[in-house]
Amino acid sequence: MLLSIVIFLPLLGVIAIALLRGFGATAVKGVALVIGLLTFVISLGLYTGFNADTATFQQVTLKPWIPGLGTSYHIGIDGISLWLVLLTTFLTPICILAAWNSIEKGLSGFMMSLLALETGMLGVFCSLDLFLFFVFWESMLIPMYFLIGIWGGERRIYATIKFVLYTMAGSALMLVGILALYFQNDNSFDLTTLSGPFEHSNLLFLAFFIAFAIKVPLFPFHTWLPDAHVEAPTVGSVILAGVLLKMGTYGIVRFCLPLFPDAADKYTPLIVTLAVIGIIYGALVAMVQPDLKKLVAYSSVSHLGFVVLGLFSKSSAGIQGSVLQMVNHGLSTGALFLLVGMIYERRHSRMIVDFGGLSKRMPIFAVFFMIVTLSSIGLPGLNGFVGEYMILLGSFVQGAFSKVHVVFATAGVILAAVYMLWMFQRVMFGTLDKTNEGLPDLNAREVVVLLPILLFIVWIGVYPKTFLSKIEKSVEVVVTKVQAEPSMGHLKNQGTQDSRFALRETQRTQHEKIEKEAQ
Amino acid sequence: MSTELIVVLLVAPLVGFLINGLFGKWLKGNEKLSGWIGALAVLVSLVCSIIAFTSLNSGAAPLDETLYEWITGESFAFNIGFRVDALTAVMLLVITGVGFLIHVYSIGYMHGDEGYTRYFAYLNLFVFAMLILVLGNNYLMMFVGWEGVGLCSYLLIGFWYDKQSATDAGKKAFIVNRIGDFGFLLGMFTLFAAFGTLDFGTIFDAAEADNFQKVFGASTLVIATLLLFVGAIGKSAQIPLYVWLPDAMEGPTPVSALIHAATMVTAGVYMIARSAVLYEIAHTGQVVAWIGVLTAFFAATIALTQNDIKRILAYSTVSQLGYMFVGVGVGAYASGVFHLVTHAFFKGLMFLTAGSVMHAMANELDMRKMGGLKSKMPITHWTFLVGALAIAGFPFLSGFWSKDEILHSAWGSSPIIYGIGLVTAFLTAFYMFRLIFVTFYGESRVESNVASHLHESPPVMWVPLAILAIPSALIGLLLGWGGHDSWFHHFTKNVFPEAHHDASGNVILFMVISSVIGLAGIAFAWTRYSKRAPSDEPTGAIQRLLANKYYVDEIYNTLIVQPIKNGSHFLLWKLVDNGVIDGIVNGVAALIRFIGGLLRRLQTGLVQAYIISMVLGIVLFLAYYLFFT
Repeated sequence: MLLSIVIFLPLLGVIAIALLRGFGATAVKGVALVIGLLTFVISLGLYTGFNADTATFQQVTLKPWIPGLGTSYHIGIDGISLWLVLLTTFLTPICILAAWNSIEKGLSGFMMSLLALETGMLGVFCSLDLFLFFVFWESMLIPMYFLIGIWGGERRIYATIKFVLYTMAGSALMLVGILALYFQNDNSFDLTTLSGPFEHSNLLFLAFFIAFAIKVPLFPFHTWLPDAHVEAPTVGSVILAGVLLKMGTYGIVRFCLPLFPDAADKYTPLIVTLAVIGIIYGALVAMVQPDLKKLVAYSSVSHLGFVVLGLFSKSSAGIQGSVLQMVNHGLSTGALFLLVGMIYERRHSRMIVDFGGLSKRMPIFAVFFMIVTLSSIGLPGLNGFVGEYMILLGSFVQGAFSKVHVVFATAGVILAAVYMLWMFQRVMFGTLDKTNEGLPDLNAREVVVLLPILLFIVWIGVYPKTFLSKIEKSVEVVVTKVQAEPSMGHLKNQGTQDSRFALRETQRTQHEKIEKEAQ
Repeated sequence: MSTELIVVLLVAPLVGFLINGLFGKWLKGNEKLSGWIGALAVLVSLVCSIIAFTSLNSGAAPLDETLYEWITGESFAFNIGFRVDALTAVMLLVITGVGFLIHVYSIGYMHGDEGYTRYFAYLNLFVFAMLILVLGNNYLMMFVGWEGVGLCSYLLIGFWYDKQSATDAGKKAFIVNRIGDFGFLLGMFTLFAAFGTLDFGTIFDAAEADNFQKVFGASTLVIATLLLFVGAIGKSAQIPLYVWLPDAMEGPTPVSALIHAATMVTAGVYMIARSAVLYEIAHTGQVVAWIGVLTAFFAATIALTQNDIKRILAYSTVSQLGYMFVGVGVGAYASGVFHLVTHAFFKGLMFLTAGSVMHAMANELDMRKMGGLKSKMPITHWTFLVGALAIAGFPFLSGFWSKDEILHSAWGSSPIIYGIGLVTAFLTAFYMFRLIFVTFYGESRVESNVASHLHESPPVMWVPLAILAIPSALIGLLLGWGGHDSWFHHFTKNVFPEAHHDASGNVILFMVISSVIGLAGIAFAWTRYSKRAPSDEPTGAIQRLLANKYYVDEIYNTLIVQPIKNGSHFLLWKLVDNGVIDGIVNGVAALIRFIGGLLRRLQTGLVQAYIISMVLGIVLFLAYYLFFT
């Protein structure tokens, strides 16, 4: 019940705002913010009520929906979706507050789109029924289409159509996949009753995977992203980078890996290669972008390459790291887009050359920007490091692909420093341009917008156990499923583990011997 | 020694950072307070370090304890934990001791700077990160500190952020260090793959176990130690990643003294000394020693022709770090670390005196515009002389002891390394005294507007100089008397594997040779520079090559930086991304539109046309049924 409230409360907000016509902007914003905050507060109940000792779905609701079709309203969360749900409910009120003064036309429509989008996103993360999942997946597109198409920049129509068509192309494939699974599952869409092996599993895997790969976006399916980001309003970018991209990686870990382990094995070399290309390519292209938003957009391609790499390492450390990194990226990149939006509101430019020396005028902004930049670079002590480190470690130690992949992925860590610090230098350091002399520092509202994100950036960096302890069990289930079918790599790992065990044994006997002698 | 003591030791600078960082705005009016908060925080750490040291020295067992679980799961555990043994204690004393003096010195040096509180916040954060680096009981925690000091170095090099060259230098330092970190990370992964942990204790025990080689093969440790060394090359500025350190002199001079001479840059040496067990088994020390000695020589030759005081000191630091790597590379771990200690004092001292000169000379660094400063700044002159004599290996001063130990051990490993080391010692003495003679002796070439207020620095600056001068001169004698039987070797003997190198040969003979070489270098400098300044333009091909630092920066820029930049811009972004991929995407869209356009022609709106197509359709169907079924 609690989960249903969380999912649909924002929709209630949409209705409320629709009824508020004529009550003025403040009422609309106020209602939106209250609903957003309320949803977040209620969603905290999901965290406090979460049992980390089990991998079974929690907060489950199962009600028949269209019995003739074999679909039901089946929702629930595990350790993986828990954090994505919380990320969504956390970022939405922040976005509402961030858009406080920046939307001039159609404010109520904007807020309604945002809240409707929240319901869609939450539904995707909580659905345990493939049909329901697909409905939420598609319904999300509509408010996003409006957000970019109405409140976007100059080329918004091109960008928003590109975004929608790209996604639709993927979802068409996924729909076929879903139907194929339905017929192999006694005419039921229920995810929890699905168990392979399925016929044509390679094709089915690809049908799902391509849909998700577009969303991630995995190289070379990424070109919709820079356009969408550049044209979207700040808040649209935050949600896009913060949550929407995670649907792709979430889909991979929820469907592709556990349902089609053989196919996942088969395509791992290809996918991992694309992921690593994405890491390097995204970073290099980000480096030469003249537009701040494009730079951050390409950096997302690079960062999400890490997540895909970790998922296909099929190791406990790698997948846990990937799940954590989904949250990390949502926080860091979300914050980056907020920061870029804040200077855009002041200067009406996103071109790096228009800035320089802002640290002098905007010291508070500089501190926030620095910390978020460092988080994105993966500095230990902040969130990004924990996720990246686990991904790389898991891939290196247990990944069933060559170590060369991991070497190149690790090189991506160097490039992240290059493009982020160069950007930071050009925007914040150096001499201040005359046109920028009047730029005011952050105001209280903006500090309130950023501070909670910063809190979690530090929290995850210093004490990730809060998060990992809840993720662990659910990831173990995925790991056992993907590793159920023995593959070459798996056998090899087994070998190392055995020998390591043997080594520990001899160590122990040696220690005993030494102790005896000491006595 | 208790865990609480170590926690206090570690956390004190963090508290200082938070106070100055968060409340800096309110402290701005009272910069003295801000500075003393920073210095006091480090003093607390210094006191704790002394307590820890004395308890270890009186025979207490080393501490190895886990504080809390950081990144853990069923198959992996990375913890925050401490290891305090003799090696750590030595590092702690250097960091907090030199660190404290430099904080005090900075109170005077940074007086009136706009970013005063920010400076002390960064400096405290640096000490905190450096303490993490040496206190950690596993490689990951070392890496955390490693990255932390890198960040502070970045922030402090680019401290005057409106200066383009300063922020360039900061960025360069961070990125070049990241290249090293890339190796460090992969080294950690290799170790974890083999041992299932990154804890020092477990790894070292397991590596020493007899069956290790059988299980993993010899190559694992060779790869791991070489990868870790890549990290050390970055952080400790060795060939080919040394290029960031000379540029790092853009930062405030006390920062150069603390971070880029005494502490951070020695982290690589610490890392190898810490991993001594692994290097012994893998026999990769030779690589370390060769890189070290080549860097020592290479950097010394560049220092010969530079005219910027701080740059000479920077190249000298690169060169001296090379000596330390020779030490730990040939298996003389204690000697390498011993040189780290003596160098921290005398090089820290020389940087601070250079700062004192800058302070008096309105930030002038070109020594061709100095000369005869001895009479105006006697304390600065005498303290610098102590440091220079120490580094030149003047008999019985600090550098004499530590450098000689390294050279002696190198002889046992490879006479060629010894030979290069000896030549470098000559060059060192020469370029240091070239600096002294040109700066402090001869006729004054100071511009008149600067000359009028040329003055000795205030007490808050010269007192730390005087204090530092004492250990710079004497610490070698105190700790190093007796060579391989010295106090220092006894104190650290439990942390390093048994020395296997051949320490044969007449110790006294080695000392005499080193001293003569050092004195010869000084004398040669005297003949050339006691009376005249270096000429403005380098003469001859070799001099030009040296003055331009072998054009290494230019080569890196042409061969690496520019191709990556241009390739990313034109090839990847414009061609692949916009051209190929988006071309295909938009092409598909255009194709569909085109086909749609063609099909549209069928919808003519003419009834006749529809009827014709209908009839045609029927005929086709009928034909199909009649002839094909």
